[in-house]
Amino acid sequence: MRMPHKSSVPLFWRLKDSKYRLIGSRCTTCKEVFFPKKNLCPVCRRRGSIEDMQFNGNGRIVSYTIVRVPPEGFEKYAPYAVAVIDLEEGARVSGQVVGNITKVRTGKQVRTVFRKIHEDGSDGLINYGLKWEIAE
Amino acid sequence: MDIGIVGYGCYIPRLRISVEEIARVWGADAESYKKGLIVEEKAVPDMDEDTVTISVEAAKNALLRAGIDPEKIGSVYVGSESHPYAVKPSGTVVAEALGIGSNVMIADFEFACKAGTAAMQCCYGLVKAGEIEYGLAIGADTSQGRPGDALEYTAAAAGAAFIIGKDPLAKLEGTCSFTTDTSDFWRREGADYPSHGARFTGKPAYFKHVTSASKMLMDKLSLKPADFKYAVFHMPNGKFPLTASKMLGFSKEQIENGFVVNKIGNPYSGSSPVGLCATLDVAQPGDRILMTSYGSGAGSDSFSFMVTDKILERREKAKKTQDYIKNKQNIDYGVYVKLRRKLRV
Repeated sequence: MRMPHKSSVPLFWRLKDSKYRLIGSRCTTCKEVFFPKKNLCPVCRRRGSIEDMQFNGNGRIVSYTIVRVPPEGFEKYAPYAVAVIDLEEGARVSGQVVGNITKVRTGKQVRTVFRKIHEDGSDGLINYGLKWEIAE
Repeated sequence: MDIGIVGYGCYIPRLRISVEEIARVWGADAESYKKGLIVEEKAVPDMDEDTVTISVEAAKNALLRAGIDPEKIGSVYVGSESHPYAVKPSGTVVAEALGIGSNVMIADFEFACKAGTAAMQCCYGLVKAGEIEYGLAIGADTSQGRPGDALEYTAAAAGAAFIIGKDPLAKLEGTCSFTTDTSDFWRREGADYPSHGARFTGKPAYFKHVTSASKMLMDKLSLKPADFKYAVFHMPNGKFPLTASKMLGFSKEQIENGFVVNKIGNPYSGSSPVGLCATLDVAQPGDRILMTSYGSGAGSDSFSFMVTDKILERREKAKKTQDYIKNKQNIDYGVYVKLRRKLRV
């Protein structure tokens, strides 16, 4: 019998380290950092050595947009801000910025906050993860 | 070795709705509600906030203050009456988000508004028995109130987390509970909103349990109200804790630091725990704090804490309760209805 949920259950489970705690990776050879995780350093190739890395959750907005016509499942959040963020340690990520959207500006310092990312209808899973807030 | 609170932290959502705004919609007299309840506004969760997200943010602050390796936490107990899932523990997500690892006991607690303090007692017991090094106890809620009901003026969202272990910033001197079968407030399985016995929630319920548990603890520890610098009582509204403190012989000064209900409302399981955080934010080494929760159904947990000098080095490591109270944005009833999913589309 088909279950009422639409999204893949294992998919989000596999990604929970990065979604919940901003776990990326680092090459111990060239010191390059990556988010999301990589299994192989694209710079050092076979000479590289990859290990997990915990990012501290602080960053700076490089660019942003306000989403007023959201994709399916995100209608109730609109309008919301999505930003490209440079992490303090070096990698670049994208994510939703919570709070007052009029305060979102390029160059603003941000930090992670734990929020609901997506709900798979009223019967499916609630997927949690990190969003960003303007650091006061 | 002393056992008590090693780290504490709270989280209060940024959005607020005022008593005036709710009264405007229902044609009620805002001034009489404000005066009667001693509440100005209440905290409202954003669309992407729930008991789990509030618990994680509060616990992050507690971990910052405790300064311990999260993997040393041996139990995670989340107390709430608004767990997002009927089946799937909130604590599993909370522990994973905090990097606590898999060697951990987890259970969700429910006992109306005192589930968080029940979690604190369990963590204390496990640490004292030597079964775990640290326990994480959380009280958090995104409270429900039927539209137009008196409860709608106060049912709020917030939470607080406490890491219980050795080398505390507040030593737990003793705890006890007073529990009876008193049905003053309930919510049946599948019901969206709780029901209550109106005035019955007062004398035989809140006041009987809060005063009995507090007296029982003071008798047990041979203490009297004057021995406490501060006291925190569950705050379903402003009037109840003020009256209970008077009945017990506590002054207004003793409870005013933890009196957060006027600014954030009643976040159910988070009520007295957030009040305790606000009190720890200002307490000095040597100060004694009484905290008594109340959960409908009904029971009260009472605690006596002695603040240690560790408070001075740990307090500033995370956001304080007043930081969250001051960082706010007011919304109107229309947005509130949308956020609280009272609107069926």
